[in-house]
Amino acid sequence: MLSYATKRALIAIFTLLVASLVVFTMLEIVPGDPARLMLGMNATEDAVHNLQQQMGLNQPLAIRYFSWLGGLLTGDLGKSYTYSVPVFDLIKERVAVSLPLAAISLALSTLIALPVGIFAASKRGEFSDTLAMGVAQMGVAIPNFWFALLLVYVFAVTLRLVPAGGFPGWSAGFGVSLKSLILPSIALALPQAAILARVTRSALLEVLGEDYIRTARAKGLSRRQVLYRHALRNALIPVLTILGLQFAFLLAGTIIIENVFYLPGLGRLVFQAITQRDLIVVEGVVMLLIATLILVNLLVDLSYAAVDPRLRRRS
Amino acid sequence: MNIGKALANRSFCVGLIVTGMIALVALASFVWTPYPVAALDIASKLKPPSAAHWLGTDHFGRDILSMIMVGSRNSIAVASVSVAIGAGIGVPLGLWGAASGGYIDEVLMRFNDLVFAFPALLSAVMITAVFGPGAINAIIAIGIFNIPVFARVARAAALSLWSREFVIAAGAIGKSPARITRDHILPNLASLLIVQATIQFSLGILAEAGLSYVGLGSQPPMPSWGRMLFEAQTMIGLAPHMALFPGLAIVITVLGLNLLGDGLRDVLDPRFR
Amino acid sequence: MKSWKLVIAGVAVSLVMSSASYAAKTDLVLGIVLEPPHLDPTAGAAAAIDEIVYANIFEGLTRIGPKGDVLPALAESWTQSEDGKVYTFKLHKDVKFHDGTAFDADDVKFSLDRARGNTSTNAQKGLFAAIDTVDVVDPSTVRVTLKQPSGDFLYNMGWGDAVIVAPESAGTNKDKPVGTGPFKFNSWAKGSQIVIAKNPDYWGKPALLDKATFRVIPDPAAATAALLAGDVQAFPVFPSYESIPQFQADPRFKVVIGTTEGETVLGMNNKKPPFDNPKVRQAVARAIDRKSLIDGAMFGFGMPIGSFFPPHHPAYIDLTAETAYDPELAKKLIAEAGHPDGFKTTLKLPPPTYARRGGEIIAAELREIGIEAEIIPVEWAQWLDQVFKNKDYDMTIVSHTEPNDLNIFSRDDYYFNYDSPAFKDLIKQIDATSNGAERTGLYQQAQKLLAKDVPAAFLFQLPKTGIWDAKIKGLWENGPIQANDLTAVKWLD
Repeated sequence: MLSYATKRALIAIFTLLVASLVVFTMLEIVPGDPARLMLGMNATEDAVHNLQQQMGLNQPLAIRYFSWLGGLLTGDLGKSYTYSVPVFDLIKERVAVSLPLAAISLALSTLIALPVGIFAASKRGEFSDTLAMGVAQMGVAIPNFWFALLLVYVFAVTLRLVPAGGFPGWSAGFGVSLKSLILPSIALALPQAAILARVTRSALLEVLGEDYIRTARAKGLSRRQVLYRHALRNALIPVLTILGLQFAFLLAGTIIIENVFYLPGLGRLVFQAITQRDLIVVEGVVMLLIATLILVNLLVDLSYAAVDPRLRRRS
Repeated sequence: MNIGKALANRSFCVGLIVTGMIALVALASFVWTPYPVAALDIASKLKPPSAAHWLGTDHFGRDILSMIMVGSRNSIAVASVSVAIGAGIGVPLGLWGAASGGYIDEVLMRFNDLVFAFPALLSAVMITAVFGPGAINAIIAIGIFNIPVFARVARAAALSLWSREFVIAAGAIGKSPARITRDHILPNLASLLIVQATIQFSLGILAEAGLSYVGLGSQPPMPSWGRMLFEAQTMIGLAPHMALFPGLAIVITVLGLNLLGDGLRDVLDPRFR
Repeated sequence: MKSWKLVIAGVAVSLVMSSASYAAKTDLVLGIVLEPPHLDPTAGAAAAIDEIVYANIFEGLTRIGPKGDVLPALAESWTQSEDGKVYTFKLHKDVKFHDGTAFDADDVKFSLDRARGNTSTNAQKGLFAAIDTVDVVDPSTVRVTLKQPSGDFLYNMGWGDAVIVAPESAGTNKDKPVGTGPFKFNSWAKGSQIVIAKNPDYWGKPALLDKATFRVIPDPAAATAALLAGDVQAFPVFPSYESIPQFQADPRFKVVIGTTEGETVLGMNNKKPPFDNPKVRQAVARAIDRKSLIDGAMFGFGMPIGSFFPPHHPAYIDLTAETAYDPELAKKLIAEAGHPDGFKTTLKLPPPTYARRGGEIIAAELREIGIEAEIIPVEWAQWLDQVFKNKDYDMTIVSHTEPNDLNIFSRDDYYFNYDSPAFKDLIKQIDATSNGAERTGLYQQAQKLLAKDVPAAFLFQLPKTGIWDAKIKGLWENGPIQANDLTAVKWLD
């Protein structure tokens, strides 16, 4: 087990390294100069040159890569070109929006999806199963940003119950801040819930088809008892896997929703940083997201291996 | 494939009909649309649905029905080419890995993990920052992320086939791994890959809409569903129909494809249910 | 009798009480569309910086007033030498920076030398090019000597880029701006809002507001909702033209459509075929219907222009008829230029709505006369690189928002690639002329020359679409510079 875990961890680190190189080179070839952008149309050439120097842009590529990488290892993500504050601080501020958003939508989607999935599995083939899965099909097909637009139209523009967008900041009060996260998290949660409900249902059905369940049924347990006592626990593994992946996805995948609602989250930070050519910020956030994703994947793999020893031997 | 079984499958039939209708609309748009989509008519902007304009007009007075019709071409083109890229590169990689095993397999799978680790949308944003927005770059961005999907599916299925008796027998009579892959593995994978392609196709439609929505997809005057939604956003209070119909077009298309995919899976491969 | 007194006293008390509870508000939330990259106006071109700090946090020797006039600021008065080359500024006394350090002539010398020095990162370094030396005469007197007389010097010293900073805080102004103005920087929640508060130790007339919050709302739909809900009480430059009529009909709001210095043009690469042919440029200009452009892209807001000059300027002449919409003539011109079947070209569009929407309309109109213009959207960084610096473009749309910028057409190597000795000569004469009437005559000649040569197709003047609570007084109606001067802003009760 230990050697398997070590191997996977080493691979994860190696993947991160390669990813850092890919991200860095990709952003190096992005056309556009942050210094020129900062100084605008009337800037003199020497002022642009001075600013480039200040930003450290005129050092050779390799030196910049390694000093950036060295910084990463010590937890220093560098200093933003545009805001001229540490990238770490910027990310911290944005995570305070993205993380609660991802968490709320995940909780919301789980709260909706698990009961629906279990219900549908218990009524397999009946009308209510077909109906629930039909709705889930719809949910998968709806683009979340379009759903967000409709929510804005109904609840913000027409009924004026919640703000149409923006985020006042946690310092402005917990209530108002939470209020501005309601529509975005619903918009994010819906498609996730649809996927999760489908996974829950099929995982349950698969378990219900296994021999030991049949045995339990034969022993006289009711279908309900079997479902809750035996099947649910075993079906939880694939469900948790999907949940883990969805969480990682939500952290990175809120970018479009953040655009609809103008939330100052990680996604908007990257988007804005790319247009401002604040590449060091982009690199920092993207690496953070990649690291999260790799970590989640690693944890999922390791927990699988812990449950199922065959996997360990195979790799 | 069993036609009778297929026709008895509700998902398959509904999905096929919906997808077929979308394809027909896309084809029809080459020869006829209610109004030309490139011509602006500022005087009749933001008109709600009426007899003249069934789905209303947009902020430049263009007919929304016509734009949705022409926009379907864009969605279908981007999604299908990016599926082709994903399958064209991913499937051979997966088969190669499964056939070779050992370190080649290991390296290929690590490459897969690497691509998987990149947040797809952010990477698309970076790609378009380098090459500029446009349909081609949307195709590349979506296509790249299709590669590991197809590679994984192909590899996993191929691996299980390699342990089957008829494949072992083929190896025993001296067929090379490449020939075994061509003669025995690939034909048995076809149905699985078709199902996966349908799923990726519908995801591609959604991804294209998302990219266009943030301004990274195909550019005007070519209409695109995602960009229509972006333009509708600021006018949602004035002209909600601008946001409603392109979104419905996306939902119907993706729903049709998903139903088709589910149906195909049931019809082609009874193991998955 | 006694009881009457009591009643009266009671009424009086309740009057006092009620007027106290109805006392005018002293805080204000303003909406802004773009978040500034940082808050140091001497190290960045972003208008969003000045929109927050200009006249509120930072002050210069002079300042630009609401009508575009030059007013005294930190300099109480000044004198000019006979030859026009030496300015002597008398500074206000007892002025303190927000961090408590004293302001004096040394700070002025420091700021001006820093802005024009070798390591300067000032976005408008050109403003200081005329300065030869800056001398401290005594703590409240500064003498600035110019290399040659400059009619615009006092105006230039009023720009946000020319504000006075202290050596102690110059390095940290990006994050914690320290100026001499009537407001102090308070806090900045990145991505959402910036708060400034009244400076109790201000040297001049104190601000009437206690606190002002600039909330970043880039989304037009959210901007509309925030105003309607009262979350934001003023939007000095409202981004959603399509929603303006809704506010015009609502008595709670005041809608002020003012002017700006933003001449919006369709720039053409004058040295790149086929745009090197004046007939082609003429044809392009003639193919554009400014009315439908303004209706379609700006929802009717914006004034058509026929040359590169702001309509609110006294020397402005309306030259739109010179290039009035005439597609038939455009087709004829294009045939005469040797392209009877039209041609293919590109149109690079930066991000603002006026450019993206306007570009779609113009491309459609050009298609009518046979010109196929492929739309290429670019970000600002790419635009500056490709179009502005490397002149790698055919056509582009951009609004030139700097004041007093007629001279860009005389610059060598500017992105239009327009090279007219006659125009350069006119600009030289304007620079050297201080007589008002003469200057007006020259300005008009220059406008006419541009309208005839069509180095770019002149489209419209960007409007300043201000919307605020009807009870707010003192916000600027026009935008002679991009600023939100809050010094005179107050709530009526």
